[in-house]
Amino acid sequence: MQVPLSWYLVVAAALFCIGLYGVLSRRNAIGILMGVELMLNAVNVNLVAFWRYVDPLRAAMTGQVFAIIVITVAAAEAAVGLALIIAVYRNRRTVDVTQVDELKL
Amino acid sequence: MTIQHVVFIILSAIALIGALGVVLSRRLFRSAIFLVLSFVGVAGFYILLEAGLLAMIQLLIYVGAIAILIIFAIMLSRQAMVADDKVLNEQWAPGGLVAVLLLAALVYVLVQVNWQVVEGAVPPDSIQRLGQSLVSSNGFVLPFEVASVLLLVALVGAVIIAREK
Repeated sequence: MQVPLSWYLVVAAALFCIGLYGVLSRRNAIGILMGVELMLNAVNVNLVAFWRYVDPLRAAMTGQVFAIIVITVAAAEAAVGLALIIAVYRNRRTVDVTQVDELKL
Repeated sequence: MTIQHVVFIILSAIALIGALGVVLSRRLFRSAIFLVLSFVGVAGFYILLEAGLLAMIQLLIYVGAIAILIIFAIMLSRQAMVADDKVLNEQWAPGGLVAVLLLAALVYVLVQVNWQVVEGAVPPDSIQRLGQSLVSSNGFVLPFEVASVLLLVALVGAVIIAREK
């Protein structure tokens, strides 16, 4: 007897919302980036769960391919995001996003 | 209640405790360690979903690369072991409210819907199929190539952005 699909979806939704709270509430830019990584992970769990339960037999393996692409984009995003944070820290001596607000009117 | 259900509950506890630790911990370094815990829980989900290759990718890329990158960035940007007195911005309360309401709406919908689940085992050659699908012209060769170009651009961009003037 397998675990029902909805269990995976509920846990992934919880992971996504925890990550969303982290993104919305953190001051530190690295903390925000960690929240984004949690959200991307939750999306990947959804993609793989839908592949396994809805479409496991088709040769294209769509869900897993999408998950791999999402992991690739997440890796690129983490690399560029952390490089930006390091550059901001070098110029401003802070990674607090409420202090870095030159573009605000 | 089979062994799969028990394993699923343990894995979700690992993933969710890790995620809560990431957003609630006052020290950023501890957040990063909790993030690794959450990634490992998600890798367990992939094994339970019979996506073994993806579990390996998760461990290699997220635990092995992204978590280390984040820890490096924490080390480079401030005193990692010092707790901040202010970790939350002033919009944390509405942010938390949005997250809780979104979770309630999602759970309500996900439990209500009658999912059309297909019975059937995963084919034993699923990794071979995945590899062929990634490089075949009627599969996903274009996203695959675009992703590799994206990785190259991100690599060069990260080096240029982080380089000292």
